[in-house]
Amino acid sequence: MTEITEVSRRDATSVDGVGDVHDVRRASRPDDVTIDAAGRAALDRPVVPLRHPLRWIAAALVLVVLLNFVETLFTNEQWGWPAVGKWLFSPAILTGLQLTLVATALSAVISFTGGIVIAIARLSRNPVLSGLAWGYVWLFRSVPLILVLVFLYNLGSLYPTIGVGIPFGPQLEVPTANVLGDLAIGVIGLSLSEIAYASEIVRAGVLAVDHGQHEAAQALGLPRRRQFVRVILPQALRSIVPAFVNQVVGLLKASSLLFYVSLLDLFGVVQNLSSTYPTDIIPLLVVATIWYLALTSAVSVVQYYVERWTARGSVRSLPPTPLQRVRAAVRRGASGGAGGASVGASVGPRGASGGESGGARGASVGASRRSRGASQGGPGGAGRLDQAAAAARSVASGTSTSNDRGIS
Amino acid sequence: MSAAIGIHGAAKAFGTNVVIDGVDLSIPAGSVTAILGPSGSGKSTLLRAINHLEPLDRGVVTVGGETIGVRVRTGRDGVPRYKELPERLILRQRSRIGFVFQHFNLFPHLTALENVAEGPIASGVDRATARSRARVLLDRVGLGDRADTRPRQLSGGQQQRVAIARALALEPSVVLLDEPTSALDPELVGEVLGVIRSLADSGTTLVIVTHEVAFAREVADHVVFLDHGRVVEQGPPAQLIDDPQHPRTQDFLSRVR
Repeated sequence: MTEITEVSRRDATSVDGVGDVHDVRRASRPDDVTIDAAGRAALDRPVVPLRHPLRWIAAALVLVVLLNFVETLFTNEQWGWPAVGKWLFSPAILTGLQLTLVATALSAVISFTGGIVIAIARLSRNPVLSGLAWGYVWLFRSVPLILVLVFLYNLGSLYPTIGVGIPFGPQLEVPTANVLGDLAIGVIGLSLSEIAYASEIVRAGVLAVDHGQHEAAQALGLPRRRQFVRVILPQALRSIVPAFVNQVVGLLKASSLLFYVSLLDLFGVVQNLSSTYPTDIIPLLVVATIWYLALTSAVSVVQYYVERWTARGSVRSLPPTPLQRVRAAVRRGASGGAGGASVGASVGPRGASGGESGGARGASVGASRRSRGASQGGPGGAGRLDQAAAAARSVASGTSTSNDRGIS
Repeated sequence: MSAAIGIHGAAKAFGTNVVIDGVDLSIPAGSVTAILGPSGSGKSTLLRAINHLEPLDRGVVTVGGETIGVRVRTGRDGVPRYKELPERLILRQRSRIGFVFQHFNLFPHLTALENVAEGPIASGVDRATARSRARVLLDRVGLGDRADTRPRQLSGGQQQRVAIARALALEPSVVLLDEPTSALDPELVGEVLGVIRSLADSGTTLVIVTHEVAFAREVADHVVFLDHGRVVEQGPPAQLIDDPQHPRTQDFLSRVR
């Protein structure tokens, strides 16, 4: 409570301060020689921003080239759009798609957890552990993924049986082929190499966390594991997530290499079908492209929301999601007028505090602040007030201009 | 008064750079000790050595009669040595010593309340109790209405008050404060000093590394002046700050004032 009154008091003084400076400038230098009569007459009109005609020309040129290409999509029959439609949801393609999804999802989960484990080992003060982790990363980053996959595929001829037991003592052994199905080989191969990359991503994320956080966790006497899980990892995730999602997108496409270990993923199915239907090669490639685009887009949407979640605490207030923006626009259209301002305010993640009237109040405060060019606001309120200001300007521009006048 | 903190023959070097060069101090329970000194005099390192954030090369620190971070062991050669404790035990000892950092070091992804409750929850206090106690502590530092706010949405002064509440949450017998106001805007220093003052009045043993000479004189029972890792002069503030005997102390105080 006291803080709020403090803030508003400070703002009140700054308003006075700005006003004073303004008044003094006008009053004390009415005949400034550096501004002539025309300049003085222009003082009350808004400054005209610089125009950029070349930008428009460049954009037009690019558009012409692009439209030419788009035209060929319709005119060139080799694209074979009817065939694309036929294949897009065909059972064979969908089976391949399913395999791609399963292999990618399993490998992503395994490589993330495995990456954390290897990263912890790498960061450990135990030289054996960190040395082993380093060696693992060195090995699997050096060897091409396809080599790892083919190696695993032929593991049966290297070790016909695999088992565990006491060295030189009794052993439990089973034939390799019985344990490792094709999918298992594929997922293990993808994971082995992805873990190496993921561990470096996790390590970089952990190193990026401020040293003071480690110290604070130690000073509180948090047990080692809790230090990592509760304090370090959540903050590291902020830099881990974008890099790891990037890695997952790479993994999604790398899964097409599973074709070489006789697994029919999306790409494998397309390959097979195009040797059976050679006339449909282009449409089949288009089908694969469409599906990979769709999968990557889905991953990007997930990334957007995960990043928002990991950003909590790192930014003062989050901008609204596209969905929230659309919903706000729809509601603004429906209620119109002053209601619009309150929507603008309640869109913000912390905007729930203000009701209809609170929102409207926020909007008018925000608008008057914006017009003074002092929009930093009190702690925490900045984003909300700015949104409110924007809403107020677009909806109730009349009031905001009157505010402008009122202050200057 | 019994000694809450004892520092015995402390020495520490980073490579060839000697930071603490044979410090002996006895800090009575319930007292407020201010450590003054030019930058690089080893005052922060000494403070961090008290809760073993910075292990000493030589010497030992006791808190409440217990050696911190180490215990004495007689080797096979019959020679007693201080040996570092297992980390688990050191962490348990640290949970009884509050520490306030210059840069607050609050956990940014947790709310003020979660920051304060984290230590007790980790040490086995059940969640509901820890949270209600945390609420009381936030009230005590004047931030009861900011319990669900994350650190980035608080001012520097508010963050440092949350950090003090966090340090108090484990009901420590001593609280160490490492330049608690150095990272704050001048206008925000007052609110933090106010909280520290009320803490001093409540009888908690405080050790404060500070640049605020005026505050040290007002709040501290005992002032220690450190230079080049050694205690140059110590005594009650009226004596050390108003009438310093050693030329180094005189020189330092004349420059900071």
